[in-house]
This record gives sequence, structure tokens and C-alpha cells, in this order.
Amino acid sequence: MKIRGRKDFRGLLWILPSLLGVSVLYLLPYLDVFRRSFTGAVEEQFTGLDNYRNVLGNTAFLLAVKNTFLFTLVCIPILISAALLCAVLLFGSKYGGILKSAFLMPMALPAVSVALLWRLLFHSQGLVNQWLVWFGTGESDWMNTGKAFWILVAGYIWKNLGYDIILWMAGLSGISESIYEAARVDGAGGWQCFLRITLPNLKSSLYTITVLSFLNSFKVFREVYLVAGDYPHESIYMMQHLFNNWFQSFSFDKLSAAAVMEGGVLLLVILLLQKIWRTD
Amino acid sequence: MYLRLHLGRKAIWIILIVLALMAVYPVIFLSVGSLMGADELEDSLGAVVSGTEGYVSFPILPKYPTLQHFAEVLLDSPEFFVMFWNSILITFGVLGGQFVVGTMAAWGFARYDFPCRRGIFLVYIILMLLPFQVLMLSDYLLLDRLLLLDSLWAIILPGMFSTFPVFIMYRFFAEIPDSLIESARLDGAREWQLLWYIALPMGSSGIIAALVLGFLEYWSLIEQPLSFIKDKSKLPLSVFLPDITITDKAGFMFAVSVITFLPAIMVFMGGRDYLEQGIMAGAVKE
Repeated sequence: MKIRGRKDFRGLLWILPSLLGVSVLYLLPYLDVFRRSFTGAVEEQFTGLDNYRNVLGNTAFLLAVKNTFLFTLVCIPILISAALLCAVLLFGSKYGGILKSAFLMPMALPAVSVALLWRLLFHSQGLVNQWLVWFGTGESDWMNTGKAFWILVAGYIWKNLGYDIILWMAGLSGISESIYEAARVDGAGGWQCFLRITLPNLKSSLYTITVLSFLNSFKVFREVYLVAGDYPHESIYMMQHLFNNWFQSFSFDKLSAAAVMEGGVLLLVILLLQKIWRTD
Repeated sequence: MYLRLHLGRKAIWIILIVLALMAVYPVIFLSVGSLMGADELEDSLGAVVSGTEGYVSFPILPKYPTLQHFAEVLLDSPEFFVMFWNSILITFGVLGGQFVVGTMAAWGFARYDFPCRRGIFLVYIILMLLPFQVLMLSDYLLLDRLLLLDSLWAIILPGMFSTFPVFIMYRFFAEIPDSLIESARLDGAREWQLLWYIALPMGSSGIIAALVLGFLEYWSLIEQPLSFIKDKSKLPLSVFLPDITITDKAGFMFAVSVITFLPAIMVFMGGRDYLEQGIMAGAVKE
């Protein structure tokens, strides 16, 4: 018992610096925000659930939530299936390595560098409109209409495709070759192998990639910033914009309630991910 | 690949190659633009930059390549150097801290059993997956109390204690065979020697993977500096938003964009394999 106790103590020693930092920098301040979410903005008296009511009735909040969910619903299926297709094609092919690196490159590019290109592409007199004119179709004002949403979708997929391809390929490498060989001996064709062997075996990868992509879609601010700078069209007004605005105007009462709610929802999603990881 | 998609194999490969070209296009585009002379840029980009009629056009290669814009950035703009230096300080400050604090914590989680280990680790995973916006107010209030707002520490300090590298390194440390560590213990190795002589060399690819991912993250930081730093002289390069509507400045902006992405691309090229391993390690179950 004594030896065991000493061992435990040593393990804690190793994580102690990190744990102290995490507690002081993240956990305790978040508890403080939790407390604040029940108090008024100026004189800190208890106001019950008022802040939560204010936030849930706030049109900007509802817009940001709506946009975020809409964005998630559109992006994730496209991103995940496009990445799966690319991964299956690249997996085990001779040139897969080079192309995979090419797809990953956007991950490395700082958003500000790309912002310049993005603005020249989608300006009303920009490159994309020039190409459209060449093709004989009409031009669009990309950034100041609802089309901005689709530009953001494209930007998000452009940035995250390589990441998801890597995750799918990791899943593919976990399927043993012998299953395919056995199936081919039995006369299964390429599509049959894909539908009956590849897809079912990728189920747990699918869960993981979906949840991670969902969580990442809350981090889409960098891409929005890349697309539209500080003042985007309302179709791409995301949570981070709302939080920034409340932050600038010192509306810490609303901000704390919103942070607690978003944290709570994401916590549930993360625990779900944990459950998936545990059960398979 | 074992499964043969007979339907237009070549067509599919062409689409893949086009997509891959789109992925790398910004690097090419910005490099070409940074080498074009001011007149050529004005001709190509006049429609956006100075509001002339027509549309932007862009050549595949510059007609008369020149380094004048790089010279302008590097020789005549001290504010650029300040931002570049801030980026360096932030990135290496964070990575240095993550290396020291993170390896120790990852080693503790991977190799020791202690009370609440699973619970604490779950908290780490949750923190790693939460977006910045959830922790933004709590970060701000703390930094305000510590009087660290408007200093580089406002970014470095929380970054050092990020739980993401701990998770990545944990996965690599956990794969080191038990027998090796047990035999080292039997030979009388002290605990810190196990970390120094076994974990660091054998888990090096995990450590490098975490550092590569960390570099790309902190070199491109946007939300944190925008929220916590008002003083312009403390801002990093990653929030240097190009204003393309200023005439004569287009070439300068291209050069700044290239210099901004160059370190990230170099780390990416050198660390591709580690980057892939890191991405996979961040998504595999605990």
C-alpha cells in the first residue's frame, strides 16, 4: 500500500506544473465566468437566469446559432464525403503521397496571407467574375450577398480537406488486406468491395471525423476573417463575431451566459465522442 | 488500391490533380504577385486596387520579375519587423513552454497511475477540443487581473499550458514498451532519467508532431491577438490584414503575405510526416 502510494505521488508530480497552469489559466477563470453568468453586468448582484433569457431572446445570438448550424449541416457532409473519395483514390497509389501533401498545404497557410488572394478572387471586379464573364455567365457580388455563405463553405473545405483525408486514410489502413482478397476470390467487384467491406469498416472513423469536424466548425472564424475581414455579410455572421461584439461593448453578462451555454452544448458533444472512443 | 473504380479512372485522377492544384494555388499566386513590378501589378489588378474599369486579370508568371517589393518590406518598414519579431517571440515562447510542461505531463499520464488520472485526462481532452470563443471571456478576465493584457504574455502564457500537445505526446509515450522501462528501473534508473533517456528519444516523433502542429497554430493566430492586444506594436504578423485598396501598396502586400507564409511552409515541408502522424494521433481514441 505504501509503495503504491509513493508511485501515485510521483505520477502527480509529473503533471503538477501542467495541472497548476491549466487550473489557474483555464478552470478557475471558467468557474468565475459561470458565477458571473448569474449576475448583472455592472454591480455584481445575483440576477438568476436573466442573462440566459436575454441571450436566448437576442436576435444576433439566434442569427449566429442559426448560421453556425446551417454551416455545419452543409459543410460536414460535403467535406466528409469528398475527403473519403479522395482518400480511397489516393490510398496505396504511387502518387498518393505528393497529392496528399498538396491537399494538406492549406492547413499550413496563415489566413492573413490567403486573405489577399481571397479578396482579389471574390471582389466584384475580381478574378472569379472575370472568368464568369469569359464563360458568358453573369457576374456576382460575392462578398456582400448571401453568396458569401457559399464562399465560406468553399474556403472551409479548401482548408480542411487534407486533414480529413489523412483521418480517412488512417481508417483505411486499419482494414486488413486479407478481407479484400477473400472477397475477390469469391468474385466481388470493386464497387461491391467498397460498399460491403470498406464502408462498414470505416464506421468508427466516420463517427470520430464527424464529431471532430463539428467541433472544428466552431473554429471557422479564421476562415471567415480570411473571407470577409471584420465586418462580414450577415449570412456568415458566426459565434465568434457575436462574442467579439459583446466583448468590445463589455457586455460581459451576456457573454458569460453565452459562453456557459456553448460550453455546455459542446461538452455534451465531446462526451459523446468519448463514448464512441470507449465502446469500439 | 484493391478496389477498382472502373468508371473513368483517368477522369477521376484529373479531377484530383485539379483539386490539388487549387489547394496549392494561393502559394503560387502570392509568390508570382510578389515578384511582379509595380506597373505590371497596376495593369493586372487595377480594377480592384485603384478602381479602374474592367476586371482583375492575373498572369501565370511575372513578365519582369523583381525583388523590389521584398527590398521595400525588409529595408524600409520597421513596423513589419516589429510584427515579425512578435510572431517569433509568441511562437517560440509557446512552443518552448509546451515542450517543457507538455512532455512532463504527457509522460505522467502515459506511464503512471495516480488518483483521478482518467478524470483529469478527460478534462484535458475537453479543453483541447473547445473553441477559443468559449474560453475567451475567462481568459480575458484572468489576464486583466494579472495585468498581462497588451503584452505578448497574454498569448504566450495560455498557449504554454494548452492541453493539445499533452494529448498528442501522450499517445506516443504510451506506445513505448513497458518492458523497456521496467528493465531500466531494475538497472537503477531514476525517474527523471527514464524521461530523459527513454521517453524523449523514443517519443521524439510525437514531440516533433506536437511542435509542428503547434507552430502552424501559433504562427497563424488571429482570435487571441485581436481580443487581448490593443497596442499595435505588440501585434503579430498573423493579424496584418492586407488593405488592397491602397494604390502602390499592392506589391508590398504581396511581399508581406509571402514572408508571412514562408516560415509556415518551410515547417510544413520539413515536417510533413510528423504533421500527418500528429493529425492521426489527435483523432484516435484514447
